Amino acid sequence: MKERKGLRRLYLWIILIFLYLPIFTLVVLSFNESKSMYKWTGLSFRWYLEIFQDRSILTAVFNTFAIALSAAAISTVIGVLACIGILSVSRRAQKVLLGFNQIPLLNADIVMGISLMLAFIAAGLYLNWGTVLMAHITFCVPYVILSVMPKLRQAGKDVYEAALDLGASPKFAFWKVVLPEIMPAVQSGFILAFTMSVDDFVVTHFTRGAGINTISTLIYSQLKVGVRPTMFALSTVIFALVLLVLLISNLSAARTERKKEGVKE
Amino acid sequence: MSRRWALVPYIVTVITGTVFPLLMIVYYGFTDRNGAFSLSNILAVFQYAHIKALGYSLLLSGISTAVCLCLAFPLAIVLKNIGVGRKGFVIFIFILPMWMNFMLRTMAWQVILEKGGIIASFLSVFHIPMIPIINTPAAVVLGMVYDFLPFMVLPIYNVMLKIDKNVVEAAYDLGASKSIVLRKIIFPLSIPGIASGVTMVFVPSLTTFVLSNILGGGKIYLIGNIIEQEFTVSANWNLGSGLSLVMMLFIIVSMMIVSKFDKSGEGGLL
Repeated sequence: MKERKGLRRLYLWIILIFLYLPIFTLVVLSFNESKSMYKWTGLSFRWYLEIFQDRSILTAVFNTFAIALSAAAISTVIGVLACIGILSVSRRAQKVLLGFNQIPLLNADIVMGISLMLAFIAAGLYLNWGTVLMAHITFCVPYVILSVMPKLRQAGKDVYEAALDLGASPKFAFWKVVLPEIMPAVQSGFILAFTMSVDDFVVTHFTRGAGINTISTLIYSQLKVGVRPTMFALSTVIFALVLLVLLISNLSAARTERKKEGVKE
Repeated sequence: MSRRWALVPYIVTVITGTVFPLLMIVYYGFTDRNGAFSLSNILAVFQYAHIKALGYSLLLSGISTAVCLCLAFPLAIVLKNIGVGRKGFVIFIFILPMWMNFMLRTMAWQVILEKGGIIASFLSVFHIPMIPIINTPAAVVLGMVYDFLPFMVLPIYNVMLKIDKNVVEAAYDLGASKSIVLRKIIFPLSIPGIASGVTMVFVPSLTTFVLSNILGGGKIYLIGNIIEQEFTVSANWNLGSGLSLVMMLFIIVSMMIVSKFDKSGEGGLL
């Protein structure tokens, strides 16, 4: 029995190494003095300094996060509203509306990218920052709905009706009772949408026009000539920041959970 | 009901972001450069270069989906049994890599797999020669498996967590062996997760053009590469749309298979 458990742990570790080995490699390369990906010539922080000296990188970072933040915020509002609306229509209409929600989730990125590009051009829009944002909203909304819908189905029924019975107006019941109840799901929907937007390359590639770059499109444009280690440094910084934020929020979540359990006892 | 007004922004998003753009692909796919009706863009798939790329994409994405399934199913069982902590933690370790740009992560495999790289030096300790796989189809499959494995693991893991322990215990009480429990209980009950995992790996693998660019050394043409070039290099949007429509046929078929096996939509990522 013990042997089996060891085997299982070994398997898990192999998969984790498989997943994280490339990340480890990039982190190491970001400290490499040489520009070559294949030769280690010494420890250096020059690539980290170069991030702040390269205007095109700083603009790309700004674009990436400004688009992700706006797309996540707008699609969270649209998504939460959509969940409220969907629950107020008949079962058949619900099915149709949620079916449309599945399309961007399951569709191929490249199809979504080219279809949006064709649509923007047909509508006479000039491909720029705005078209990228609209495209990102399109694929972010489904993640918000996916995350909020199950929670609202629960809270909408039980808590909302209880509040109405106790004399709350529908508006008051929503803002003061339902929204706090679904808040964790709204937050995770927002974070999911934000992650998807930052991680996206393909849709941005087709809808961005010539003028603007995000981190992904900048990396893609460097692929043929050789990616500068500055990009490794930049990605390491972003990765470390995200890891830190997630660890802190996970730890504090675990602590409040433990506190709650303590109260129960 | 005034609550229905809440649907307006969503419906606007669906129409402008999904329905209208997809109709545009259909329009371009079925017309020629002058806007006249034409089937030539669809039939172009039978040209040698295109059918070869499509067949190649189907082959490589089929292999990588099968490999992902073979890796992910036992992994989900391990994750479930070993009790690595809260469910959130498992999702965390599989989503976290997404925060490093996927093109860079994929590129890192070139460094790992090259002749003097990490794997080669590890193997040389045991006097095993390194098989050169960079710029081969095998490298592209590796990239697909690497990039999309979390999309197979998470749905299967989520479905397995929902399996009632009492059902498994009842089977053991009634004298079932381990392999019977696996084949007759755990596997059938995991099918919703497997189905959604299979599409979530198959569709992006079938349609990728970035992975084949990075790990194929510009020598491997998948259908995604051809479509991308029609839009960015050759500027033949009609042909690109026609080929996309053919490719979407395979996507739609795999979506239909999922909805058949995952009726309640429980095999999600979350």
